[in-house]
Amino acid sequence: MLVITNGRIFDPCHGIDQPGELFIKEGKIESVGTGISFPSSAPMIDAKGLIISPGFVDLHCHLREPGFEEEETIASGTQAAAVGGFTTVCCMPNTDPPVDSKSIVNWIKKRASENAVVNVLPIGCITKGRKGKEICDMAELAEAGVVAFSDDGDSVPDSQVMCHAMDYSRDFDLPLIEHCEDKSLTNGGVINEGWVADRLGLKGIPAAAEEIIVARDLALARLTGAKLHIAHVSTRGAVELIQHAKRNGVPVTAEVTPHHLTLTQERIMNMSNGGGQLKYDSDAKVYPPLRTQDDIDALLEGLKEGVIDAIATDHAPHTQAQKKCELELAAFGISGFETAFGSLMGLLHAGKIDLGTLISKLTCEPARVIGRGNDLGTLRVGAMANIVIFDVDREWQVDRPRFVSKGKNTPFDGCWFKGKVLATIVNGEILYQDDSVRVNHE
Amino acid sequence: MTISAVGSDASVQPLSGVSSGVWQHHHVLDLDEFSRGDIENIFKTSNIMRQILDRDVKRVPTLRGKTIVNLFYEPSTRTRASFELAAKTLGAEVLGFDAVRTSVAKGESLVNTLHTLEALGTDVIVVRHPQSGVPYIAAQEVNCSIINAGDGCHAHPTQALLDLYTIWRRIGKLEGLKVVIIGDIKHSRVARSNMWGMSKMGMKVTLSAPSTLLLRDIDQFISQSGMSHVDVVSNLDNAVEGADVVMPLRLQLERQEEGLLPSLREFTLRYQLDGRRLSLANRNVIVLHPGPIHEDIEIASEVAHGSQSLIEQQVTNGVAVRMALLYLITRTKRGDQT
Repeated sequence: MLVITNGRIFDPCHGIDQPGELFIKEGKIESVGTGISFPSSAPMIDAKGLIISPGFVDLHCHLREPGFEEEETIASGTQAAAVGGFTTVCCMPNTDPPVDSKSIVNWIKKRASENAVVNVLPIGCITKGRKGKEICDMAELAEAGVVAFSDDGDSVPDSQVMCHAMDYSRDFDLPLIEHCEDKSLTNGGVINEGWVADRLGLKGIPAAAEEIIVARDLALARLTGAKLHIAHVSTRGAVELIQHAKRNGVPVTAEVTPHHLTLTQERIMNMSNGGGQLKYDSDAKVYPPLRTQDDIDALLEGLKEGVIDAIATDHAPHTQAQKKCELELAAFGISGFETAFGSLMGLLHAGKIDLGTLISKLTCEPARVIGRGNDLGTLRVGAMANIVIFDVDREWQVDRPRFVSKGKNTPFDGCWFKGKVLATIVNGEILYQDDSVRVNHE
Repeated sequence: MTISAVGSDASVQPLSGVSSGVWQHHHVLDLDEFSRGDIENIFKTSNIMRQILDRDVKRVPTLRGKTIVNLFYEPSTRTRASFELAAKTLGAEVLGFDAVRTSVAKGESLVNTLHTLEALGTDVIVVRHPQSGVPYIAAQEVNCSIINAGDGCHAHPTQALLDLYTIWRRIGKLEGLKVVIIGDIKHSRVARSNMWGMSKMGMKVTLSAPSTLLLRDIDQFISQSGMSHVDVVSNLDNAVEGADVVMPLRLQLERQEEGLLPSLREFTLRYQLDGRRLSLANRNVIVLHPGPIHEDIEIASEVAHGSQSLIEQQVTNGVAVRMALLYLITRTKRGDQT
């Protein structure tokens, strides 16, 4: 049992925004509202001045297990997710071996049941071995419990294979999540193709490399009627393509990452940090690359207008050795769980996004993308008690040595954020709490 | 000129006639960090170094007791020999660390190699690497002075400085001169460093290249970088008109294989610096080339070996400029630099 009192209960998708109490019993939300009854013996969190919202749902993360345990494990990754306010995470299948068979899905589910502190929903591959040649045994993967299919890390390069995968996936009503990258254009690219790449003498990754695959897949989704979800949208052109497709009834959804909403290509030079000395900062090396302010403006507009459905972290932990090397050799990716909310709150305080949009893109909307809108990302009575409590105004500084994630690779190190997750409750249990949060036992 | 005595503690003694009081750089990474005053300081110091190189006995003990490592991850004969000669002429210990064949083959990381060199007591690491940005990583990792001897497509500041010095020695000024840089701008670290250096010295830079060998966002690069007089003229005849200096760049033959050029023949027809095109420039135009040259590809033999070519002087001046830089940076204690 647990009671959260005095907070602002906020579930924008379900029209809830009221002061009151929330009572959790047997892992489920028992009642919500003002003046609800609960046993006086129930442990209590006083959430005065705080917001109580559904726990965040992340459609896109890399837990690295099996195969890359030096980067992250299901245990360390889900603990980091809890710190970030995420109560459900969908893990990408580019592990070793990749998640292309029932036995690996079952292995991950077993590991998660033993080691995970948040809900872990596996994503299966689109093609066997992520090789882009033959489609996986999707029925078997679906039966084993994957929530989507993706070859994330690569696009499915062959249009015919992708077309077959879309057709075949319709039998299971699960989305195909596409990482959009035309490798013939990105090959060897390091950062966004633009003036920073010109200045630094780096090979650029043009926006067109992403947009070509977005356009192709939208055409295939229109052709097949399959559910398509575009991962980590980063360009204005991609937003426009998706907007156009949605207007024409194509069954597409899309996500954007916190870093693509907050950082631009200039970050790789990291000039402000360290006396204006130019750097080649691999912590800002990520695919898709950080783009321009114009792209950010389009992404924010896309969120507001519903072109982009979800904010997903693309949490991609790496070891120090994979990052502390020549920039061209450094791994792509940002360890994102623990900075996602804080960085997004900067957009709120800057007036770039409202709280309702922000929270719905982190909760019910991603849940709907995987067809779980009824039981995830909601404060509905009877749903599992997956809840986050946060303070909109709490200021804190990112200090990566203190990350719970094994991946310390963040471009936000040292940043001051305003807005912090103070407690994360998964299936009724408090799995993360800030030092300032007290649970009062009778 | 005279050289003052070297003390028993083998610390670097001032060369008379050189005022290095305003020099504050611990590294030579690229010319964006240097002011016009810094560059003039390098020129004056290089003049003195040229005098040393013109002697019968080309050796002074100025850097005795200093250790300089040439850390080359990319094959190089000319730049490496130039640095080695510069260091030896100043009396320094020079270690060649041919990373292509030694630790890289064993899989040692860049960062570990740098720390090993620091632990060996190295004062200056001269680094050449096929990937952009490596000298910047080095400067963050170790306390040694770092000299960028060419990083990927990014920068080659000592080459640009010797280019500027060569022009300055010949013409006596840099301000207002028109320079045309021709060819593979996109992949050229020499072009990038010269764009910085020439802009700082008030020169007018015209880039002339096929669009596949130009920079994608060159206008924004120029405006963001505050380079006031850089423009692009794709027709070489038009570009060369009125030029005081022309600098064809080496064309890597891979560019054609990568599909950036339809054929070498077409490139040669459009962008080779030949006698006819050179005649469109100013009467006293000088020709520079960072070398090694591809004769009859980017530059016609008649031009490379003609009376207006300063290609050989560039090589000699390169040693002097590198001596000047070694001298200046070893006089700066870490912490003094800006």
